[in-house]
Amino acid sequence: MVTEYTTIREIAGPLILLDRVDHATFEELVEVELPGGELRRGKVLEIDRDRVLIQLFEGTRGVDVAKTKVRFLGRGLELAVSPDILGRIFNGLGLPIDDGPRIIPEKRLDINGNPINPYARIYPKEFIQTGVSAIDGLNTLVRGQKLPIFSGFGLPHSELAAQIARQATVLGKGEAFAIVFAAMGITFEEANYFIRDFQETGAMERVVLFINLANDPTIERIATPRSALTAAEYLAFERGMHVLVIMTDMTNYCEALREVSVARKEIPGRRGYPGYLYTDLATIYERAGLLKGKKPGEVLEGSITQIPVLSMPDDDKTHPIPDLTGYITEGQIILDRSLHRKGIYPPINVLPSLSRLRDKGIGAGRTREDHAQIANQLFASYARSKEVEELAVVLGEAALTDTDKAFKAFGEAFERNFVQQNVHENRPIEQTLGLGWDLLTKIPRTEIKRIKDEFVERYLPKVEAESAK
Amino acid sequence: MAAGRIVKVSGPLIVAEGMKDAKMFEVARVSDRKLIGEIIELHDEEAYVQVYEDTSGLGPGEIVESTGAPLSIELGPGLLQSIYDGIQRPLNVTYDRSGHFMPRGINIPGLDRKKKWEFKPNAALKAGETVEAGDILGEIRETELIMHRVMVPPTIGRGKLVRPPAKGSYSVEETIAEIETDEGVRPVSLMHRWPVRTPRPIVKKLVPENPLVTGQRVIDTFFPISQGGTACVPGPFGAGKTVIQHQLAKWSDAQIIVYIGCGERGNEMTDVLQEFPELKDPASGRPLMERTVLIANTSNMPVAAREASVYTGITIAEYFRDMGYNVAVMADSTSRWAEAMREMSGRLEEMPGEEGYPAYLPSRIAEFYERSGRATCLGRDGRIGTLSVIGAVSPPGGDLSDPVVQATLKVVKVFWSLEDQLAFERHFPAISWLTSYSLYHDGLRDYFSSNVAEDSDALRGEAMELLQKEAELKELVRLVGVDSLSPQDRIVLETTKSIREDFLHQSAFDAEDAYTRLLKQYHMLKTILMLHRACLGALEKHCPLRKLLELPVRGKIARMRYLSEKELAHFDSIQHEIEEQLTTCMHESRTGEE
Repeated sequence: MVTEYTTIREIAGPLILLDRVDHATFEELVEVELPGGELRRGKVLEIDRDRVLIQLFEGTRGVDVAKTKVRFLGRGLELAVSPDILGRIFNGLGLPIDDGPRIIPEKRLDINGNPINPYARIYPKEFIQTGVSAIDGLNTLVRGQKLPIFSGFGLPHSELAAQIARQATVLGKGEAFAIVFAAMGITFEEANYFIRDFQETGAMERVVLFINLANDPTIERIATPRSALTAAEYLAFERGMHVLVIMTDMTNYCEALREVSVARKEIPGRRGYPGYLYTDLATIYERAGLLKGKKPGEVLEGSITQIPVLSMPDDDKTHPIPDLTGYITEGQIILDRSLHRKGIYPPINVLPSLSRLRDKGIGAGRTREDHAQIANQLFASYARSKEVEELAVVLGEAALTDTDKAFKAFGEAFERNFVQQNVHENRPIEQTLGLGWDLLTKIPRTEIKRIKDEFVERYLPKVEAESAK
Repeated sequence: MAAGRIVKVSGPLIVAEGMKDAKMFEVARVSDRKLIGEIIELHDEEAYVQVYEDTSGLGPGEIVESTGAPLSIELGPGLLQSIYDGIQRPLNVTYDRSGHFMPRGINIPGLDRKKKWEFKPNAALKAGETVEAGDILGEIRETELIMHRVMVPPTIGRGKLVRPPAKGSYSVEETIAEIETDEGVRPVSLMHRWPVRTPRPIVKKLVPENPLVTGQRVIDTFFPISQGGTACVPGPFGAGKTVIQHQLAKWSDAQIIVYIGCGERGNEMTDVLQEFPELKDPASGRPLMERTVLIANTSNMPVAAREASVYTGITIAEYFRDMGYNVAVMADSTSRWAEAMREMSGRLEEMPGEEGYPAYLPSRIAEFYERSGRATCLGRDGRIGTLSVIGAVSPPGGDLSDPVVQATLKVVKVFWSLEDQLAFERHFPAISWLTSYSLYHDGLRDYFSSNVAEDSDALRGEAMELLQKEAELKELVRLVGVDSLSPQDRIVLETTKSIREDFLHQSAFDAEDAYTRLLKQYHMLKTILMLHRACLGALEKHCPLRKLLELPVRGKIARMRYLSEKELAHFDSIQHEIEEQLTTCMHESRTGEE
């Protein structure tokens, strides 16, 4: 028998404070019945003797002090999972919102999950070819990585995320894969862009969507990525699928978290975000990776690769959201407004972008023996070209030395030929590396310092090398 | 033992009432699940407990029991090659029992109870003689690399050895000897417990003398740390803090490494776990794992245990220091530790200090780093052990005015400042040569001049001066262009470029480049500076600048890093080539004038 309480004492923002409660537990799921009969859900944030603080996922509009009833359900927020969730659309709490049939659950999983034991992990090393040169060549994605896209308003992060979802493959393998898509506070149009793309490419039946749009309840956003990752963990580690999780936009998630924190009158950290934002984000981002198999040395079939998308307020990388994200994720892909203005797609600024797992995912037997060294050379040369560009702005082109001019030409070609590509262009890794070598013919041979001689001999195009001298 | 009931749950903090007789910092068991917590505040009979595990599902009325003992860990054979969480629960055993995900309320001892260790007693000890804390009772070969010295624990102290230790194989709990103290006869086993927040006793601290050789050129040559020293590595994300910590854990010449992954990525710990057993110690050729203890409390694991993890790590390090070893602790990252403190402080509704951190943050940080040092250990043989601490700091936005960075800089002697601009250029290690410093130069001068070369300190000074000059010249170039510089200044720029690209830049992923011995570092720098001086000399003899910039030997210098350690003779040949090429150069310019 579930006890009903009508003892609401206070309502503030998304929170209600309940009095005279006999028994409640931390993080317990509650059901709130409004006077009109509408049902909403919430969870317990704090218990102090007989007073309980509850956060309502669907907001407190219409909740009153006198008649609203609250029931404690004796469990946490759970997601019903079964293989049938593929191809379906859910809200942030994991309830179906398409017109499909009810999910008959194989099991119910707590959406908070449990942390992965670091000892149970396998270090990700398997190269994923996204077909995007700026990623594959320089900031390589590997299976089991969490690699966010740092973007800004009006930049084509959705196009890039969709392109990666469309093109990502592990070379020479055809395994079961799935995409889990979590939308938090984005517009209908943005969400629809992804859905249409999934439909057009026929991927829809491999996709699970968790949609919380801009006009959906804000606090539900706190549950959305957790529901999505619970589905991903189920598909990956219990069904053996390779799951790509796209979460957009993490900034909206963090703002929902801030809203709750402010309503609780907590001491704020930077820019009003709660002090535990790092820990909270970590419990989301760390739900990625590969696990050990049954026998020693074996990998459990299935993996979770995360591509969270976040928009940097004012394009500021030191804003707490991108800053804390960067400290947790294994690198970042940064989109740049000035490249976008030049008409370059994808506008990836490779210099501050990074893939921490790159070095073990590439090289002989994975991509190609020269990959790491050519990538480092391209980075160093492009950084140099940027310096030269600055110099040219101050002093004028005429003041540049011949070497400087060569680097400037290199930088321009790098952006136009290497970074830039069509939104439907899927470049194999060989082609990406070849493009890189072509570019190196534009700089003097003596400036190629990051590559061993034997690779230069083998890969640097010969004819152009002569003419560059 | 005090027992009470939960009245409040707020995240990792619970409040229990009826906790009569409970003491501060005692460990408490919470609810029927026996979750582990620590008492951090007391009001009358109300105890505030920080819980080291996820508290969801807890509610008022559940039982809280104090154990009467402070948070302690087990010290004895079996620590090496282990991976523990923040409160010394072995993660491998947890995995074997519970699978891929961390369960709650697990209660697994830190040391294996069943394993038998071959114990060899110290033959010099006789029955009836007086022993005191730190005296070595015998030895156990814990790994091929490390001899575990079994000492009289400080918890027993001085007494008469009524039953001397005997040879045999023992598990950690079995009695190996008996000591009669003022409090009666006390059995001694291979293992004892020690509270993590209390530093282990030593006889006295000494001034550090030797460098901790890391094989990283920018560190050893420019900003060395001594054995027993402290260093801090702050930097924005992506600047390479973790890679530096890994490099030091791999290559530094400490005998024992304790690596604390505090609130960081799970995959980084996996990387260490998978890589270290395969990597060989450069000195002995044995797997590096044999000298390593790992503490992994990753960012998604409970916050309160993260706070404890740095204490667990440094206590284990002190234990090996007490045996007379050179121990190094890598703490990555201390910012996450500070954040855990901030979170608990917020839940306790304490008045916040800077940036919401508690006011006691600086003193906690100072206490932690003060547990380092070179020291005479307890025990009659007067052995000396060292404990070096290298802490990574992750300031928000890379901003060095962050309270954690500032509090750390107050106590550490070496500052390796990571810059993201260097990281963007993929100049690794991205340690800025302009802002970093080491206060150990003076103390280490003798070591370098007698073990490396007389002029090594002078070379470093010369190179440093050039790099400072480069920064000034670059400002000038930005305003007026490189052509307006004097030929001498152009040579300076060329040399500093070579110092940066051919010496300071070092690849962690190249087999030959990842580790450079001190002597090779010296020769590399000496060669670069020799070329510099020779070029300046040639300029005075009217050798054209263009030729000096295009000397073929520069290509060889760029590849010095790939010379193997055994080929130090090659440096002579490069230096010889420098002389030859400059002579030709000067000769040509003279004939050209004629």
